[in-house]
Amino acid sequence: MSSTRRVGTLVALAALPVAVLAVFFVLPVTGMVQRGLFFDGSFDPSVVLRVLERSEIQRALWFTLWSSGLATVLSVALGLPAAFALHRLAFPLQRVIRAGLLVPFVLPTVVVGVAFRELIGEAGLLAPLGLDGTPTAIILGLVFFNASVVIRAVGAAWESLDPRPGEAAAALGASPSRVLWTITLPALRPAIVSAASVVFLFCATAFGIVLTLGGVRYNSIETEIYKLTFTLFDLPGAAVLSVLQLVVVVGLLVVAGRLRSVPDPAQSRVVVRRRRVSLRDLPVLLSTSVLVLLVAGPLLALLLGSLRVDDRWSLGNYVALQTPGFDPPLPVPVTTALMTSLAVAVQASAVALVLGLLVAFAVTRRSRTRAERRVRAVLDGLFMVPLGVSAVTLGLGLYLTLGSGALDFRDEPWLVPLAQALVALPLVVRTLVPVLGSVDDRLRQAAAGLGAGPLRTVMTVDVPAVWKPLFASSGFAFAASLGEFGATSFLVREERPTLPVVILRLLSRPGSDNYGMALAAACVLAAATAVVMLLVERLRVPSIGAL
Amino acid sequence: MRTRTPAITATAIAAVSALLLTACGGGTPAEPDAEKSSSADDKSVVLLTHDSFTLPKEVLAEFTEKTGYTAEIRHAGDGGELTTKIAMDTGNPDGDAVFGVDNTFASRAIDQGALEAYTPSEIPEGVSDFDLPGDEEHFLTPVDNGSVCVNIDTEWFAAKKLTPPESLDDLAEPAYKDLFVAPGAATSTPGMAFLLATVAEYGEDGWADYWGKLMDNGTKVVDGWDQAYYSDFTQGGGKGTRPIVVSYDSSPAFTVKDGKTTTKALLDTCFRQVEYAGVLKGADHPEGAKALIDFMLSDSVQGALPESMYVFPVSSRVELPADWAKFAQQPTSPLSVEPEEIEENREAWLATWSDTIAQ
Repeated sequence: MSSTRRVGTLVALAALPVAVLAVFFVLPVTGMVQRGLFFDGSFDPSVVLRVLERSEIQRALWFTLWSSGLATVLSVALGLPAAFALHRLAFPLQRVIRAGLLVPFVLPTVVVGVAFRELIGEAGLLAPLGLDGTPTAIILGLVFFNASVVIRAVGAAWESLDPRPGEAAAALGASPSRVLWTITLPALRPAIVSAASVVFLFCATAFGIVLTLGGVRYNSIETEIYKLTFTLFDLPGAAVLSVLQLVVVVGLLVVAGRLRSVPDPAQSRVVVRRRRVSLRDLPVLLSTSVLVLLVAGPLLALLLGSLRVDDRWSLGNYVALQTPGFDPPLPVPVTTALMTSLAVAVQASAVALVLGLLVAFAVTRRSRTRAERRVRAVLDGLFMVPLGVSAVTLGLGLYLTLGSGALDFRDEPWLVPLAQALVALPLVVRTLVPVLGSVDDRLRQAAAGLGAGPLRTVMTVDVPAVWKPLFASSGFAFAASLGEFGATSFLVREERPTLPVVILRLLSRPGSDNYGMALAAACVLAAATAVVMLLVERLRVPSIGAL
Repeated sequence: MRTRTPAITATAIAAVSALLLTACGGGTPAEPDAEKSSSADDKSVVLLTHDSFTLPKEVLAEFTEKTGYTAEIRHAGDGGELTTKIAMDTGNPDGDAVFGVDNTFASRAIDQGALEAYTPSEIPEGVSDFDLPGDEEHFLTPVDNGSVCVNIDTEWFAAKKLTPPESLDDLAEPAYKDLFVAPGAATSTPGMAFLLATVAEYGEDGWADYWGKLMDNGTKVVDGWDQAYYSDFTQGGGKGTRPIVVSYDSSPAFTVKDGKTTTKALLDTCFRQVEYAGVLKGADHPEGAKALIDFMLSDSVQGALPESMYVFPVSSRVELPADWAKFAQQPTSPLSVEPEEIEENREAWLATWSDTIAQ
């Protein structure tokens, strides 16, 4: 294949996703930053210093660093044994547990905040522990959210890890812990490092968790950006922090990209038979149980809370979901909001899937030159960036950019699905890239050599490899869209609120009946998510959600 | 492979375009709704407002009946988010009129030039008492008011045979240790109002010390009013454990049990919030916006305010609901800080406040 043609293909594949990213991500974010940092077209560096000198900003930076760092370490520490137990061992209910552990990841932070409050708040079951409003609560919340990322990423790698080197070492007399430290963990290192960097990214940009669980004593960069923008109207300050966040994110992605395992077509995946549980697995199973408790606790508290009306057991809160609620009523009944959410999620996952597929194709085609490889690597990383950018900056930026001139899209019904698709896109790309990357190019050549046309080649070589991950990643995108709140809250139109938006509305209204409805709606959302994840689980695609 | 990849690409792109079109709702012809708020329809008016805004359907229908305009309500976050959005979107607003800018944020909207000056055609008695100080050109029209006051659970204090607190000073007394919960000033509008109340009471040099004492006395600071009231306050319907909370002067009207209210607002601790409406600069339907602002002062809207939004009307022509007249007392001389002074010092005050509560 000539190089011009190859480059042409790359450009053609990448054009649409890049254009979408440029209009709906780069433009809004640079617009916000520009507004803050340039006065009458000139940039004043003293603004940066002035912002960074402030004690509350330094405190926020420091808090973000250590709390995210600690939460990342804990997520890895709890996630690794669980990844082993869920991907290398065989025991009853495994599939349900695997799906269940993924639910938190796609729950909106509002719901997680409420769930934790039900559990550790002053009236909660665990109130005596005094966790409410402490950094411990924030970190537990972050681990609750992110342990699943580690389980998915590392579990996928672990599942297909060749057991023979470890067995050989054991036969030569190495103790199990020695095998773990010298053979298994080094082999898993790329997956662990890349999962850890993504977890850190999520932690460092967490907003709702820090706000609802930390009271107001603890500020992160993200909550500072919110405060600077909306409370203080200090746009330069918000811009400085957004840029700082972006720099850290890009840095992290570069590091993660270096350390991420590059799928090597020559090395085939091994299908390892899972073994039955034995006594020596006790520590691993105990650690997994701790994680299951951490995830199940808040969710159960949420469920129990939703079943109480006036201190009695009742389904009243669920019945009320068919109505627009109590005074003041919602614009639509909660069930309608659920239908809207489902419809939007279908559209969002379709868009994410199409864009993700294009990106994955563009990224995984063989590169002949160094420059070409670099372009593909940058492209790969580019679509991860939306994960690490402040929802306030992106959401408000989208709202402002898309209100004027040629980009007057505020009233368009596709705006919300598209914004959600951008959030779900990284998950799709990260699922499809390893799969497409591991399709041996020689198979395509062989098919072509046997006389198959281009379509036939795709149908017989690529499609069988991709269709399951494709279906599964659309499930993941669907669930992520279902729970998206940050960007949606800025763009959503009155007549068509999504479920997370309605839940927040209910929470900020007076009356225990509204609060009860919010809990019930949150349970419905969690259940919808769990069902989708269970379906995804049934497809058993190893790399799904593996970042 | 030479000739094949472009064919695949072409197929892929065709598929993409088809899918994108389907996913995006089929383009414009099938979507008449999308065009609803364009300038083609001159009889609609869009009201940009905060999330707590609501009015009964009948009242909105009456607006259409009287003026021929249909009001579309568009919520845009809390008061701070709403004001920031219109201030950043100057000249290109997402609506025609705005309601819900309060006296703590008003100067931001005016200074950024987001508003068009307008004086309603008919101003009922009492309204001008609430005019924004310094707003000579009348960019903003007062619509409602409510005071943020410390509320106490009178039942709880009676049961414990403890003398209830009465002033801000009392809250720092050891007798009331661990009993007070307040929403944070950085994250909540009533929280900010309460901070301003302490600034007004203790002055520029004393308020930070007072907050230090509050924190030493076990005050719990949470992120929003709803969490403070519903999760932590003993009369919030949940299982709260703190009988003193920052809430509103109208709150006691909502805790009525057997003809008596179980809570009380401490009227010496109040900061008054006034909410304003205005015409947005660059509105597609300025005439509709003006008609809507006139309508906000009508007896129908003013009379509906208490039950819809838990605030007091500014017009003295309308009567309060029975429970309100009986249980919701307004402060006669609330604590106050000038709007200009607030906008100038907000940043410094919040920084000091954050430092104080983080210690």
